[in-house]
Amino acid sequence: MQIIPCPYCGVEAEETELTYGHEAHLKRVGPDSDAADFEAYMFTRKNPKGVHFERWRHSNGCGKWFLAARHTVTLEVFGTYPAQTTEPPAELVEKIKAKCPEWKGWK
Amino acid sequence: MRRYSIFAIAREAMRYHSGWERAWRAPEPKKRYDVIVVGAGGHGLATAYYLGKVHGIKNVAIIEKGWLGGGNSGRNTTIIRSNYLQDASAAIFEKALQLYEGLAKDLNYNVMFSPRGLLMLAQSEHEVRGYKRTVYANALQGIETEWISREQVKDLVPIINIDGPRYPVLGALYQARGGTGRHDAVNWGYARACDAMGMDIIQQCEVTGIRTENGEVRGVDTTKGSIDCGKLAVVVSGHSGVLAEMAGFRMPIESCPLQAWVSEPIKPVIDVVVMANLVHCYISQSDKGELVLGGGIDHPNNYSQRGSWYTLEETTRALVETYPIISRLKMLRQWGGIMDITGDHSPIISKTPVRNMFMDCGWGTGGFKAIPGSGWAMAELVAKGEPGPLAAPFSLERFREGRFIDESVAAGVAH
Repeated sequence: MQIIPCPYCGVEAEETELTYGHEAHLKRVGPDSDAADFEAYMFTRKNPKGVHFERWRHSNGCGKWFLAARHTVTLEVFGTYPAQTTEPPAELVEKIKAKCPEWKGWK
Repeated sequence: MRRYSIFAIAREAMRYHSGWERAWRAPEPKKRYDVIVVGAGGHGLATAYYLGKVHGIKNVAIIEKGWLGGGNSGRNTTIIRSNYLQDASAAIFEKALQLYEGLAKDLNYNVMFSPRGLLMLAQSEHEVRGYKRTVYANALQGIETEWISREQVKDLVPIINIDGPRYPVLGALYQARGGTGRHDAVNWGYARACDAMGMDIIQQCEVTGIRTENGEVRGVDTTKGSIDCGKLAVVVSGHSGVLAEMAGFRMPIESCPLQAWVSEPIKPVIDVVVMANLVHCYISQSDKGELVLGGGIDHPNNYSQRGSWYTLEETTRALVETYPIISRLKMLRQWGGIMDITGDHSPIISKTPVRNMFMDCGWGTGGFKAIPGSGWAMAELVAKGEPGPLAAPFSLERFREGRFIDESVAAGVAH
Protein backbone atom coordinates (compact mmCIF):
# COMPACT_ATOMS: atom_id res chain seq x y z
CA MET A 1 0.00 0.00 0.00
CA GLN A 2 1.59 3.24 -1.12
CA ILE A 3 0.96 6.60 0.49
CA ILE A 4 1.45 9.64 -1.71
CA PRO A 5 0.89 13.25 -0.63
CA CYS A 6 -1.36 15.35 -2.85
CA PRO A 7 0.44 18.66 -3.58
CA TYR A 8 -2.85 20.55 -3.91
CA CYS A 9 -4.84 19.62 -0.83
CA GLY A 10 -1.93 18.35 1.27
CA VAL A 11 -3.63 15.07 2.10
CA GLU A 12 -1.42 12.03 2.65
CA ALA A 13 -3.46 10.00 0.19
CA GLU A 14 -3.46 6.23 0.29
CA GLU A 15 -3.26 4.43 -3.05
CA THR A 16 -6.95 3.56 -3.33
CA GLU A 17 -7.73 7.28 -3.12
CA LEU A 18 -5.66 7.87 -6.24
CA THR A 19 -5.67 6.85 -9.88
CA TYR A 20 -2.40 6.07 -11.62
CA GLY A 21 -1.70 7.98 -14.84
CA HIS A 22 1.58 6.45 -16.06
CA GLU A 23 4.72 8.26 -17.23
CA ALA A 24 4.93 12.03 -16.77
CA HIS A 25 6.59 14.74 -18.87
CA LEU A 26 5.76 13.12 -22.20
CA LYS A 27 5.85 15.67 -24.96
CA ARG A 28 2.66 15.59 -26.94
CA VAL A 29 3.31 15.52 -30.67
CA GLY A 30 1.39 17.51 -33.22
CA PRO A 31 -0.31 16.55 -36.50
CA ASP A 32 2.88 17.23 -38.54
CA SER A 33 5.01 14.76 -36.61
CA ASP A 34 6.17 11.52 -38.20
CA ALA A 35 5.32 7.97 -37.21
CA ALA A 36 8.43 7.56 -35.05
CA ASP A 37 7.58 10.62 -32.92
CA PHE A 38 4.03 9.46 -32.56
CA GLU A 39 5.17 5.99 -31.51
CA ALA A 40 7.50 7.49 -28.93
CA TYR A 41 4.72 9.63 -27.52
CA MET A 42 2.04 6.96 -27.53
CA PHE A 43 3.86 3.74 -26.67
CA THR A 44 7.59 3.87 -25.97
CA ARG A 45 8.26 4.21 -22.28
CA LYS A 46 11.30 4.71 -20.05
CA ASN A 47 9.95 2.11 -17.62
CA PRO A 48 13.00 2.52 -15.36
CA LYS A 49 14.02 0.13 -12.64
CA GLY A 50 14.63 3.02 -10.29
CA VAL A 51 13.38 6.60 -10.16
CA HIS A 52 10.16 7.09 -12.12
CA PHE A 53 8.32 10.33 -12.83
CA GLU A 54 4.64 9.66 -13.16
CA ARG A 55 1.16 11.14 -13.15
CA TRP A 56 -1.43 10.56 -10.48
CA ARG A 57 -4.94 11.88 -10.00
CA HIS A 58 -6.43 12.46 -6.59
CA SER A 59 -9.64 10.94 -7.93
CA ASN A 60 -11.33 10.21 -4.60
CA GLY A 61 -10.23 13.57 -3.18
CA CYS A 62 -9.72 16.95 -4.78
CA GLY A 63 -9.89 15.38 -8.25
CA LYS A 64 -6.75 17.07 -9.58
CA TRP A 65 -3.86 15.61 -11.57
CA PHE A 66 -0.39 15.92 -10.08
CA LEU A 67 3.07 14.49 -10.73
CA ALA A 68 5.22 12.33 -8.49
CA ALA A 69 8.74 10.96 -8.34
CA ARG A 70 8.75 7.41 -7.00
CA HIS A 71 11.25 4.56 -6.89
CA THR A 72 9.95 1.47 -8.70
CA VAL A 73 11.90 -1.01 -6.55
CA THR A 74 11.79 0.47 -3.05
CA LEU A 75 8.46 2.24 -3.79
CA GLU A 76 9.77 5.30 -1.95
CA VAL A 77 7.96 8.50 -2.93
CA PHE A 78 10.53 11.30 -3.23
CA GLY A 79 8.04 14.07 -3.72
CA THR A 80 5.00 15.34 -5.59
CA TYR A 81 4.37 18.56 -7.46
CA PRO A 82 1.60 20.22 -9.48
CA ALA A 83 1.02 19.02 -13.04
CA GLN A 84 1.33 22.49 -14.63
CA THR A 85 5.05 22.12 -15.31
CA THR A 86 7.19 20.66 -18.07
CA GLU A 87 10.01 19.49 -15.83
CA PRO A 88 10.47 18.42 -12.22
CA PRO A 89 11.37 21.10 -9.64
CA ALA A 90 15.13 21.59 -9.14
CA GLU A 91 15.05 20.89 -5.40
CA LEU A 92 13.29 17.56 -5.97
CA VAL A 93 15.93 16.58 -8.54
CA GLU A 94 18.66 17.49 -6.00
CA LYS A 95 16.94 15.46 -3.31
CA ILE A 96 16.75 12.39 -5.55
CA LYS A 97 20.39 12.79 -6.64
CA ALA A 98 21.44 12.83 -2.99
CA LYS A 99 19.46 9.70 -2.23
CA CYS A 100 20.21 7.77 -5.43
CA PRO A 101 23.76 8.56 -6.63
CA GLU A 102 23.43 6.03 -9.50
CA TRP A 103 20.40 7.85 -10.94
CA LYS A 104 21.01 9.12 -14.48
CA GLY A 105 18.49 11.96 -14.49
CA TRP A 106 14.84 12.31 -15.37
CA LYS A 107 15.18 12.56 -19.18
CA MET B 1 20.65 -38.05 -20.32
CA ARG B 2 19.09 -41.18 -18.89
CA ARG B 3 15.47 -41.41 -19.87
CA TYR B 4 12.77 -41.48 -17.21
CA SER B 5 10.49 -44.50 -17.52
CA ILE B 6 8.74 -47.14 -15.50
CA PHE B 7 11.80 -49.34 -16.00
CA ALA B 8 14.03 -46.61 -14.58
CA ILE B 9 11.81 -46.45 -11.49
CA ALA B 10 11.99 -50.24 -11.12
CA ARG B 11 15.76 -50.22 -11.61
CA GLU B 12 16.27 -47.48 -9.04
CA ALA B 13 13.88 -49.15 -6.61
CA MET B 14 16.21 -52.17 -6.65
CA ARG B 15 19.19 -50.05 -5.57
CA TYR B 16 17.64 -47.61 -3.11
CA HIS B 17 17.34 -44.80 -5.68
CA SER B 18 21.08 -44.26 -5.67
CA GLY B 19 21.41 -43.95 -9.43
CA TRP B 20 19.33 -40.87 -10.35
CA GLU B 21 21.39 -38.30 -12.20
CA ARG B 22 21.30 -34.56 -11.76
CA ALA B 23 18.73 -33.21 -14.21
CA TRP B 24 21.11 -30.51 -15.44
CA ARG B 25 24.70 -29.42 -14.84
CA ALA B 26 25.93 -26.16 -13.31
CA PRO B 27 28.62 -25.16 -15.84
CA GLU B 28 30.89 -22.14 -15.91
CA PRO B 29 30.41 -19.94 -18.99
CA LYS B 30 32.55 -20.57 -22.07
CA LYS B 31 34.23 -17.70 -23.96
CA ARG B 32 31.77 -17.73 -26.83
CA TYR B 33 28.43 -19.21 -27.87
CA ASP B 34 26.55 -19.12 -31.16
CA VAL B 35 23.45 -17.97 -29.30
CA ILE B 36 23.04 -16.58 -25.81
CA VAL B 37 19.54 -16.66 -24.41
CA VAL B 38 19.07 -14.23 -21.51
CA GLY B 39 16.50 -15.52 -19.04
CA ALA B 40 16.05 -19.13 -17.96
CA GLY B 41 12.32 -18.96 -17.50
CA GLY B 42 9.90 -21.03 -19.50
CA HIS B 43 10.06 -18.82 -22.60
CA GLY B 44 13.86 -18.65 -22.61
CA LEU B 45 14.33 -22.37 -22.05
CA ALA B 46 11.73 -23.20 -24.70
CA THR B 47 13.50 -20.87 -27.14
CA ALA B 48 16.78 -22.69 -26.50
CA TYR B 49 15.12 -26.10 -26.72
CA TYR B 50 13.53 -25.47 -30.13
CA LEU B 51 16.74 -23.81 -31.37
CA GLY B 52 18.45 -27.13 -30.74
CA LYS B 53 15.66 -29.48 -31.65
CA VAL B 54 14.19 -27.82 -34.73
CA HIS B 55 17.07 -25.72 -36.05
CA GLY B 56 20.10 -27.75 -34.92
CA ILE B 57 21.79 -24.86 -33.09
CA LYS B 58 23.21 -26.39 -29.93
CA ASN B 59 26.14 -24.16 -28.99
CA VAL B 60 23.80 -22.18 -26.77
CA ALA B 61 24.00 -20.68 -23.28
CA ILE B 62 20.97 -19.77 -21.24
CA ILE B 63 21.97 -17.25 -18.59
CA GLU B 64 19.80 -16.38 -15.62
CA LYS B 65 20.34 -13.78 -12.92
CA GLY B 66 18.47 -15.74 -10.26
CA TRP B 67 17.57 -19.38 -10.38
CA LEU B 68 16.00 -21.36 -13.19
CA GLY B 69 12.25 -20.75 -13.40
CA GLY B 70 12.33 -18.36 -10.43
CA GLY B 71 10.63 -15.47 -12.18
CA ASN B 72 7.16 -15.37 -13.65
CA SER B 73 7.40 -18.99 -14.85
CA GLY B 74 7.29 -20.04 -11.22
CA ARG B 75 4.84 -17.33 -10.21
CA ASN B 76 1.65 -17.83 -12.16
CA THR B 77 -1.69 -19.60 -12.03
CA THR B 78 -0.72 -22.19 -14.71
CA ILE B 79 -3.77 -21.61 -16.92
CA ILE B 80 -3.53 -22.90 -20.50
CA ARG B 81 -6.00 -21.94 -23.23
CA SER B 82 -6.11 -20.72 -26.82
CA ASN B 83 -9.57 -19.15 -27.18
CA TYR B 84 -8.34 -15.79 -28.47
CA LEU B 85 -10.25 -13.48 -30.77
CA GLN B 86 -7.52 -12.11 -33.03
CA ASP B 87 -6.09 -14.48 -35.64
CA ALA B 88 -2.46 -13.74 -34.80
CA SER B 89 -2.92 -14.49 -31.10
CA ALA B 90 -5.12 -17.53 -31.71
CA ALA B 91 -2.44 -18.97 -34.01
CA ILE B 92 0.43 -18.71 -31.54
CA PHE B 93 -1.55 -19.71 -28.44
CA GLU B 94 -3.03 -22.67 -30.33
CA LYS B 95 0.48 -23.71 -31.42
CA ALA B 96 1.45 -23.54 -27.73
CA LEU B 97 -1.56 -25.61 -26.68
CA GLN B 98 -0.81 -28.25 -29.31
CA LEU B 99 2.79 -28.45 -28.15
CA TYR B 100 1.62 -28.70 -24.52
CA GLU B 101 -0.53 -31.66 -25.49
CA GLY B 102 2.56 -33.63 -26.49
CA LEU B 103 5.09 -31.93 -24.25
CA ALA B 104 5.52 -34.57 -21.55
CA LYS B 105 6.38 -37.18 -24.18
CA ASP B 106 8.53 -34.78 -26.16
CA LEU B 107 10.61 -33.77 -23.12
CA ASN B 108 10.46 -37.17 -21.37
CA TYR B 109 9.31 -35.21 -18.34
CA ASN B 110 5.87 -35.21 -16.77
CA VAL B 111 4.63 -31.63 -17.09
CA MET B 112 1.28 -32.66 -15.61
CA PHE B 113 -0.67 -31.03 -18.43
CA SER B 114 -4.30 -31.34 -17.41
CA PRO B 115 -6.82 -30.40 -20.12
CA ARG B 116 -9.65 -30.21 -17.63
CA GLY B 117 -11.69 -27.61 -19.49
CA LEU B 118 -11.80 -23.86 -19.10
CA LEU B 119 -14.69 -21.43 -18.79
CA MET B 120 -14.75 -17.69 -19.21
CA LEU B 121 -17.91 -16.42 -17.55
CA ALA B 122 -20.09 -13.85 -19.24
CA GLN B 123 -21.65 -11.62 -16.58
CA SER B 124 -22.96 -8.76 -18.68
CA GLU B 125 -24.75 -8.44 -22.01
CA HIS B 126 -21.56 -7.06 -23.53
CA GLU B 127 -19.58 -10.06 -22.44
CA VAL B 128 -22.25 -12.40 -23.86
CA ARG B 129 -21.91 -10.70 -27.25
CA GLY B 130 -18.13 -10.57 -26.99
CA TYR B 131 -17.70 -14.24 -26.14
CA LYS B 132 -20.18 -15.40 -28.78
CA ARG B 133 -18.14 -13.43 -31.27
CA THR B 134 -15.00 -15.18 -29.99
CA VAL B 135 -16.68 -18.58 -30.46
CA TYR B 136 -17.45 -17.71 -34.10
CA ALA B 137 -13.92 -16.39 -34.62
CA ASN B 138 -12.47 -19.57 -33.09
CA ALA B 139 -14.62 -21.68 -35.42
CA LEU B 140 -13.06 -19.86 -38.39
CA GLN B 141 -9.59 -20.33 -36.89
CA GLY B 142 -10.19 -24.05 -36.44
CA ILE B 143 -10.08 -23.83 -32.65
CA GLU B 144 -12.81 -25.74 -30.90
CA THR B 145 -14.69 -23.59 -28.38
CA GLU B 146 -18.36 -23.33 -27.59
CA TRP B 147 -20.88 -21.04 -25.98
CA ILE B 148 -22.62 -22.73 -23.03
CA SER B 149 -25.68 -21.68 -21.10
CA ARG B 150 -25.80 -20.69 -17.44
CA GLU B 151 -27.35 -24.05 -16.56
CA GLN B 152 -24.41 -25.84 -18.20
CA VAL B 153 -22.08 -23.60 -16.20
CA LYS B 154 -23.81 -24.68 -13.00
CA ASP B 155 -23.49 -28.33 -14.06
CA LEU B 156 -19.76 -27.96 -14.67
CA VAL B 157 -19.14 -25.84 -11.56
CA PRO B 158 -21.56 -26.86 -8.79
CA ILE B 159 -20.02 -24.46 -6.23
CA ILE B 160 -20.71 -21.38 -8.34
CA ASN B 161 -23.38 -18.86 -7.46
CA ILE B 162 -24.91 -18.04 -10.85
CA ASP B 163 -27.57 -15.66 -9.52
CA GLY B 164 -25.32 -12.75 -8.71
CA PRO B 165 -26.94 -10.62 -7.34
CA ARG B 166 -24.77 -7.90 -8.87
CA TYR B 167 -23.32 -9.90 -11.74
CA PRO B 168 -25.43 -12.96 -12.54
CA VAL B 169 -23.77 -15.57 -14.76
CA LEU B 170 -25.39 -15.40 -18.22
CA GLY B 171 -23.36 -18.12 -19.89
CA ALA B 172 -19.76 -18.88 -20.66
CA LEU B 173 -17.15 -19.38 -23.33
CA TYR B 174 -15.99 -22.96 -22.90
CA GLN B 175 -12.81 -24.54 -24.22
CA ALA B 176 -12.72 -28.24 -23.36
CA ARG B 177 -9.06 -28.55 -24.37
CA GLY B 178 -7.95 -25.78 -22.02
CA GLY B 179 -6.73 -26.48 -18.52
CA THR B 180 -3.59 -26.25 -16.44
CA GLY B 181 -0.04 -27.58 -16.30
CA ARG B 182 2.64 -27.84 -13.65
CA HIS B 183 4.66 -24.65 -14.07
CA ASP B 184 7.86 -25.86 -12.37
CA ALA B 185 7.79 -29.11 -14.32
CA VAL B 186 7.57 -27.19 -17.59
CA ASN B 187 10.70 -25.23 -16.66
CA TRP B 188 12.54 -28.26 -15.36
CA GLY B 189 11.56 -30.42 -18.32
CA TYR B 190 12.83 -27.88 -20.82
CA ALA B 191 15.98 -27.28 -18.76
CA ARG B 192 16.79 -30.99 -18.60
CA ALA B 193 16.21 -31.39 -22.34
CA CYS B 194 18.39 -28.34 -23.15
CA ASP B 195 21.16 -29.63 -20.92
CA ALA B 196 20.97 -33.02 -22.59
CA MET B 197 21.65 -31.32 -25.94
CA GLY B 198 24.85 -29.87 -24.46
CA MET B 199 23.55 -26.38 -23.81
CA ASP B 200 24.88 -24.51 -20.77
CA ILE B 201 22.35 -23.24 -18.24
CA ILE B 202 24.23 -20.66 -16.19
CA GLN B 203 22.36 -19.54 -13.11
CA GLN B 204 23.26 -16.72 -10.69
CA CYS B 205 24.69 -14.82 -13.64
CA GLU B 206 23.24 -11.36 -14.18
CA VAL B 207 23.70 -9.44 -17.42
CA THR B 208 25.24 -6.05 -16.61
CA GLY B 209 25.83 -4.79 -20.13
CA ILE B 210 25.30 -5.58 -23.80
CA ARG B 211 28.31 -5.07 -26.09
CA THR B 212 27.61 -3.85 -29.60
CA GLU B 213 29.81 -2.88 -32.52
CA ASN B 214 28.56 -0.98 -35.58
CA GLY B 215 24.98 -1.65 -34.52
CA GLU B 216 25.52 -5.37 -34.20
CA VAL B 217 25.57 -7.37 -30.99
CA ARG B 218 28.94 -8.84 -29.96
CA GLY B 219 28.33 -10.24 -26.50
CA VAL B 220 27.21 -9.58 -22.97
CA ASP B 221 28.96 -8.52 -19.78
CA THR B 222 27.79 -10.52 -16.81
CA THR B 223 28.57 -10.98 -13.14
CA LYS B 224 30.50 -14.09 -14.25
CA GLY B 225 32.56 -12.21 -16.81
CA SER B 226 32.23 -11.26 -20.42
CA ILE B 227 30.75 -13.74 -22.91
CA ASP B 228 30.79 -13.37 -26.70
CA CYS B 229 27.91 -14.45 -28.87
CA GLY B 230 26.81 -14.57 -32.48
CA LYS B 231 23.20 -13.86 -31.66
CA LEU B 232 21.46 -12.66 -28.53
CA ALA B 233 17.92 -13.64 -27.55
CA VAL B 234 16.53 -11.55 -24.71
CA VAL B 235 13.61 -13.29 -23.03
CA VAL B 236 13.29 -11.56 -19.68
CA SER B 237 9.62 -10.46 -19.37
CA GLY B 238 9.41 -7.66 -16.77
CA HIS B 239 13.05 -6.64 -17.16
CA SER B 240 12.90 -6.23 -20.96
CA GLY B 241 13.08 -2.46 -20.62
CA VAL B 242 16.21 -2.71 -18.47
CA LEU B 243 18.02 -4.87 -21.06
CA ALA B 244 16.81 -2.73 -23.95
CA GLU B 245 18.29 0.30 -22.19
CA MET B 246 21.65 -1.51 -21.96
CA ALA B 247 21.51 -1.94 -25.73
CA GLY B 248 20.49 1.69 -26.23
CA PHE B 249 16.83 1.61 -27.16
CA ARG B 250 13.44 1.78 -25.46
CA MET B 251 10.51 -0.60 -25.53
CA PRO B 252 6.74 0.01 -25.64
CA ILE B 253 6.50 -1.73 -22.28
CA GLU B 254 5.63 -0.89 -18.70
CA SER B 255 6.40 -3.26 -15.85
CA CYS B 256 3.96 -3.83 -13.01
CA PRO B 257 3.11 -6.64 -10.59
CA LEU B 258 0.47 -9.33 -10.86
CA GLN B 259 -0.34 -11.40 -7.81
CA ALA B 260 -1.71 -14.86 -7.24
CA TRP B 261 -2.40 -16.79 -4.09
CA VAL B 262 -3.48 -20.23 -2.89
CA SER B 263 -5.78 -21.46 -0.18
CA GLU B 264 -5.23 -24.30 2.26
CA PRO B 265 -5.77 -27.70 0.59
CA ILE B 266 -9.32 -29.02 0.60
CA LYS B 267 -11.16 -31.95 -0.99
CA PRO B 268 -11.93 -31.61 -4.70
CA VAL B 269 -14.60 -28.95 -5.28
CA ILE B 270 -13.86 -27.65 -8.76
CA ASP B 271 -12.46 -29.69 -11.65
CA VAL B 272 -12.35 -26.99 -14.33
CA VAL B 273 -10.65 -23.60 -14.62
CA VAL B 274 -13.03 -20.65 -14.31
CA MET B 275 -12.17 -17.10 -15.28
CA ALA B 276 -14.51 -14.21 -14.52
CA ASN B 277 -13.18 -11.18 -16.29
CA LEU B 278 -15.87 -8.69 -15.33
CA VAL B 279 -15.46 -9.12 -11.57
CA HIS B 280 -11.85 -10.06 -12.23
CA CYS B 281 -11.08 -13.30 -10.53
CA TYR B 282 -10.00 -16.73 -11.63
CA ILE B 283 -9.87 -20.04 -9.88
CA SER B 284 -8.75 -23.62 -10.30
CA GLN B 285 -7.83 -26.41 -7.91
CA SER B 286 -4.35 -27.88 -7.86
CA ASP B 287 -3.65 -31.58 -7.54
CA LYS B 288 -2.68 -30.95 -3.92
CA GLY B 289 -6.17 -29.55 -3.29
CA GLU B 290 -5.23 -25.89 -2.95
CA LEU B 291 -7.45 -23.39 -4.70
CA VAL B 292 -5.22 -21.36 -7.01
CA LEU B 293 -6.56 -17.81 -7.21
CA GLY B 294 -5.72 -14.81 -9.30
CA GLY B 295 -6.99 -11.39 -10.25
CA GLY B 296 -5.85 -8.19 -11.87
CA ILE B 297 -2.58 -6.31 -12.07
CA ASP B 298 -1.43 -3.37 -9.99
CA HIS B 299 -1.09 -0.54 -12.48
CA PRO B 300 1.73 1.63 -11.05
CA ASN B 301 5.16 0.76 -12.49
CA ASN B 302 6.83 -1.56 -10.02
CA TYR B 303 9.80 -3.93 -10.14
CA SER B 304 9.49 -5.15 -6.55
CA GLN B 305 7.54 -8.42 -7.09
CA ARG B 306 5.08 -7.11 -4.50
CA GLY B 307 1.52 -6.09 -5.20
CA SER B 308 -0.90 -4.16 -3.05
CA TRP B 309 -3.33 -5.44 -0.47
CA TYR B 310 -6.34 -3.76 -2.04
CA THR B 311 -5.89 -5.80 -5.24
CA LEU B 312 -5.93 -8.99 -3.16
CA GLU B 313 -8.97 -7.73 -1.31
CA GLU B 314 -10.92 -6.81 -4.44
CA THR B 315 -10.29 -10.15 -6.08
CA THR B 316 -11.03 -12.11 -2.93
CA ARG B 317 -14.30 -10.19 -2.58
CA ALA B 318 -15.24 -11.15 -6.14
CA LEU B 319 -14.28 -14.77 -5.49
CA VAL B 320 -16.35 -15.02 -2.32
CA GLU B 321 -19.35 -13.53 -4.09
CA THR B 322 -18.98 -15.98 -6.99
CA TYR B 323 -18.08 -19.06 -4.88
CA PRO B 324 -19.69 -18.52 -1.44
CA ILE B 325 -18.33 -21.78 0.03
CA ILE B 326 -14.76 -20.52 -0.03
CA SER B 327 -15.46 -17.65 2.35
CA ARG B 328 -14.06 -19.51 5.39
CA LEU B 329 -10.89 -20.78 3.73
CA LYS B 330 -7.50 -19.71 5.01
CA MET B 331 -4.99 -18.53 2.46
CA LEU B 332 -1.60 -20.22 2.55
CA ARG B 333 0.67 -18.02 0.50
CA GLN B 334 0.73 -15.23 -2.01
CA TRP B 335 3.27 -14.16 -4.57
CA GLY B 336 3.80 -11.53 -7.25
CA GLY B 337 5.58 -11.42 -10.58
CA ILE B 338 6.57 -8.47 -12.75
CA MET B 339 4.43 -8.25 -15.88
CA ASP B 340 5.65 -6.64 -19.08
CA ILE B 341 2.57 -4.83 -20.36
CA THR B 342 2.63 -3.54 -23.94
CA GLY B 343 0.47 -0.86 -25.49
CA ASP B 344 -1.94 -3.35 -27.07
CA HIS B 345 -1.57 -6.12 -24.45
CA SER B 346 -0.09 -8.47 -27.04
CA PRO B 347 3.44 -9.87 -26.98
CA ILE B 348 6.52 -8.81 -28.91
CA ILE B 349 8.62 -11.40 -30.76
CA SER B 350 10.86 -9.25 -32.83
CA LYS B 351 14.11 -8.09 -34.26
CA THR B 352 15.43 -4.98 -32.52
CA PRO B 353 17.33 -1.86 -33.60
CA VAL B 354 20.52 -3.82 -32.74
CA ARG B 355 21.40 -6.43 -35.39
CA ASN B 356 21.34 -10.05 -34.24
CA MET B 357 19.64 -9.11 -30.99
CA PHE B 358 16.10 -10.42 -30.67
CA MET B 359 13.45 -9.93 -28.02
CA ASP B 360 10.57 -12.09 -26.89
CA CYS B 361 8.55 -10.23 -24.27
CA GLY B 362 5.33 -8.42 -23.54
CA TRP B 363 3.42 -11.56 -22.63
CA GLY B 364 2.04 -9.60 -19.70
CA THR B 365 -0.51 -11.53 -17.71
CA GLY B 366 -0.77 -14.43 -20.17
CA GLY B 367 2.69 -15.87 -20.55
CA PHE B 368 2.60 -19.36 -19.08
CA LYS B 369 0.10 -20.75 -21.57
CA ALA B 370 2.25 -19.50 -24.43
CA ILE B 371 5.59 -20.96 -23.39
CA PRO B 372 5.99 -23.69 -26.06
CA GLY B 373 4.53 -21.57 -28.87
CA SER B 374 6.57 -18.54 -27.90
CA GLY B 375 9.76 -20.63 -27.75
CA TRP B 376 8.94 -22.19 -31.11
CA ALA B 377 8.36 -18.83 -32.83
CA MET B 378 11.34 -17.16 -31.15
CA ALA B 379 13.68 -20.03 -32.06
CA GLU B 380 12.66 -19.66 -35.70
CA LEU B 381 13.29 -15.91 -35.57
CA VAL B 382 16.71 -16.33 -33.93
CA ALA B 383 17.81 -19.18 -36.21
CA LYS B 384 16.76 -17.59 -39.50
CA GLY B 385 17.11 -13.94 -38.58
CA GLU B 386 13.63 -13.33 -39.96
CA PRO B 387 10.29 -14.06 -38.27
CA GLY B 388 8.21 -17.02 -39.38
CA PRO B 389 4.44 -16.81 -39.83
CA LEU B 390 3.74 -17.17 -36.08
CA ALA B 391 6.07 -14.35 -34.99
CA ALA B 392 5.65 -11.93 -37.91
CA PRO B 393 2.51 -10.12 -36.63
CA PHE B 394 4.19 -9.52 -33.26
CA SER B 395 7.06 -7.33 -34.47
CA LEU B 396 8.09 -4.13 -32.68
CA GLU B 397 7.22 -2.09 -35.78
CA ARG B 398 3.52 -2.71 -35.30
CA PHE B 399 3.31 0.16 -32.82
CA ARG B 400 4.75 2.58 -35.34
CA GLU B 401 2.58 1.23 -38.12
CA GLY B 402 -0.62 1.17 -36.08
CA ARG B 403 -1.02 -2.56 -36.69
CA PHE B 404 -2.19 -3.51 -33.20
CA ILE B 405 -3.30 -6.92 -32.04
CA ASP B 406 -5.81 -5.66 -29.57
CA GLU B 407 -6.44 -8.48 -27.12
CA SER B 408 -6.99 -6.15 -24.20
CA VAL B 409 -10.44 -5.59 -25.62
CA ALA B 410 -10.86 -8.95 -27.30
CA ALA B 411 -9.82 -11.22 -24.46
CA GLY B 412 -11.26 -9.24 -21.61
CA VAL B 413 -8.78 -8.01 -19.06
CA ALA B 414 -7.21 -11.18 -17.78
CA HIS B 415 -5.25 -13.26 -20.25
